[in-house]
Amino acid sequence: MAKDNVKIKDQTQIKPYTLNFGPQHPAAHGVLRMVMEMDGEVVERCDPHIGLLHRGTEKLIEHKTYTQAIPYFDRLDYVAPMNQEHAFALGVERLLGITVPLRAQYIRVLFSELTRILNHILNITTYALDVGAITPSLWGFEQREIGMEFYDRVCGARLHANYFRPGGVRLDMPAGLAEDMYSFAEDFPKFLADLEGLLTENRIFKQRTVDIGIVSKDEAMDWGFTGPMLRGSGVPWDLRKSQPYEVYDKMDFDVPIGTTGDCYARYLVRIEEMRQSAKMMMQAINDMPSGPVMTEDHKVTPPSRADMKYSMEALIHHFKLYTEGYHVPEGEVYAAVEAPKGEFGVYLVSDGTNKPYKCKIRAPGFAHLQAIDYMSRGHMLADTVAIIGSMDVVFGEIDR
Amino acid sequence: MAEFFDIYMLPVFEILGKILLIVLPLLGAMAYLTYAERKVMAAMQLRQGPNMVGPFGLLQPLADGLKLFGKETIIPSASNRAIFVLAPMLTFMLALISWAVIPFDVGMVLADVNVGILYLFAVSSLGVYGILMAGWASNSRYAFLGGLRSAAQMVSYEVSIGLVIVTVILVTGSLNLTEIVMAERTWWMHLLLFPMFIVFVISALAETNRAPFDLPEGESELVGGYNVEYSSMTFALFFLGEYMNMILMSAMTVILFLGGWKVPFGLEWEWLTMVPGLIWFVLKICAVLFIFLWSRATLPRYRYDQLMRLGWKIFLPLSLLWVLVVAGALIMNDALPMPAGVEG
Repeated sequence: MAKDNVKIKDQTQIKPYTLNFGPQHPAAHGVLRMVMEMDGEVVERCDPHIGLLHRGTEKLIEHKTYTQAIPYFDRLDYVAPMNQEHAFALGVERLLGITVPLRAQYIRVLFSELTRILNHILNITTYALDVGAITPSLWGFEQREIGMEFYDRVCGARLHANYFRPGGVRLDMPAGLAEDMYSFAEDFPKFLADLEGLLTENRIFKQRTVDIGIVSKDEAMDWGFTGPMLRGSGVPWDLRKSQPYEVYDKMDFDVPIGTTGDCYARYLVRIEEMRQSAKMMMQAINDMPSGPVMTEDHKVTPPSRADMKYSMEALIHHFKLYTEGYHVPEGEVYAAVEAPKGEFGVYLVSDGTNKPYKCKIRAPGFAHLQAIDYMSRGHMLADTVAIIGSMDVVFGEIDR
Repeated sequence: MAEFFDIYMLPVFEILGKILLIVLPLLGAMAYLTYAERKVMAAMQLRQGPNMVGPFGLLQPLADGLKLFGKETIIPSASNRAIFVLAPMLTFMLALISWAVIPFDVGMVLADVNVGILYLFAVSSLGVYGILMAGWASNSRYAFLGGLRSAAQMVSYEVSIGLVIVTVILVTGSLNLTEIVMAERTWWMHLLLFPMFIVFVISALAETNRAPFDLPEGESELVGGYNVEYSSMTFALFFLGEYMNMILMSAMTVILFLGGWKVPFGLEWEWLTMVPGLIWFVLKICAVLFIFLWSRATLPRYRYDQLMRLGWKIFLPLSLLWVLVVAGALIMNDALPMPAGVEG
């Protein structure tokens, strides 16, 4: 009898504790849903479910002209809108075979780096919020607001800019903006020092991030990591250096590389990237030449208002451009930029009409999120939250 | 009849009156502690804090209270109804009854019990039941994890708090809170107790589930932990209980280490000694409470296992060692307090 009892005990299987994490969860960074199987507090399996913010962006773009497609890129990773317009604009420009005026290239670099700062502020502060520190997020948003105002002044919108167009940028910067942005970039390291004072050497913050979610060099490449996630693991890969676009080859900046590949390394990489971005903003403003900000080829870009008043040709251009759009020569192209979160790529197939035949978007967050199970296995529930924070996921781009 | 009134009724009324005299100001203090917390944190975070309801937002706590009163009490269908409702009541009740033995000034105490400190210790240990019951009865996975965390956390820190209290008792030679305050302490005794003061304040943070030890609530992991299923007054009772416990732990800190209602630093200037003891007591409590708020605005949250490590592997050995150190120092200096009638 006693023996039988032992046998039954042996057969008893302990069901893992299943926890439904999100989509309504403060640390889900949007609408991430994860089904976790846990042994007490230790995560044994973590199954991310995506698609709750799927809007069919890629398909919608197939039915829009090239100009109409740009706003969709703002709405992918809504924390870094301009960088994504940038990838699309680069792709279309390569298909069209047009070059962008130098001033526009500098403006693009200037705003790409501003956006990188804005993105990293949001990421680092919400990441700190995930591990329980409340104050950084409030300090960070104060700075972020200043950056949003620059967005506002240059394009009229705080978030969904629609500013980078194939051929250049929509409008030149208004008077006084360059000076204000310069002083922002100059003062920014001071804010960073304050922020770092709360986090970098904070013992609790380090305990929560050091050795959490370690990804080795090879694994980072196997999982398709890019951006700070890849550099945090020690791979020196930055598209701005390795395949420079626009005027990045003229810029003097360093690419910070982490050594340990844990959450803390990724945090440090982002902090240093912000410093470098602020430096680049100042360089871009100093080196910026005067001149046009849109290519003069009015088959692609709208003519000036003044021209339309007396030139028949300009009026026709304007009409054609805003009704039919421009036709892009047949071909395919992959254009990628170093977005704040990693390599953001657009693969465009054109069939010679005014609408893209296919527009495949490569979102960095999508590749990062697939590693969540690998990274959080064996860690505790609270670490999973820290790992998600360090991944910098935004569901606009993952679900597309 | 008059005799009956004198012997039985009058003391009852007297006690009731005293209780009200303690509880009502306490509820007010608790309400304005939430206001102070929001204002202090706002100042640290470049914000305004509440400033719309009343002058300087001073009526905000009342508005919040009214809002909570007006809400519907939702009891999840899968929950254990009786325990679900009982849990917040228990928490609130336990937070209140501790105040019976707290001396606010010389003789200003509801029950001058000889084992006051043990009573306090026992009641604060019971506090974990409310949270545990809430976590269990909610029948929700997040609440359950929160309840478990809370149980483990409170038990771990209770142990070191107990040992810290022992060191204080060694120095003062009494379990009576009034006598603990009144006991003479020399400068080296203060110095000796200072590390224990720090251990006690940190343990108090953990005991009251405040940042950086707010794991049972764990906003970013557990969404609210044990109180995730609670709403309306049931939630309010938890909330009140938490803040009441904060004040209580601060009061304990003041009584054990900061000289209760006495003038700080042993100063004897006339204009300082003229201030009633109660005022000093309240001011000192406010100073300790500020530490609670400050740490919440500054520090990230510990992880569950790190919290346990701190409790069991650092605080427990440290306070254990310190009991020996304090006892040794007292014997060496021949300063060990002896009960009356016992020769040293």
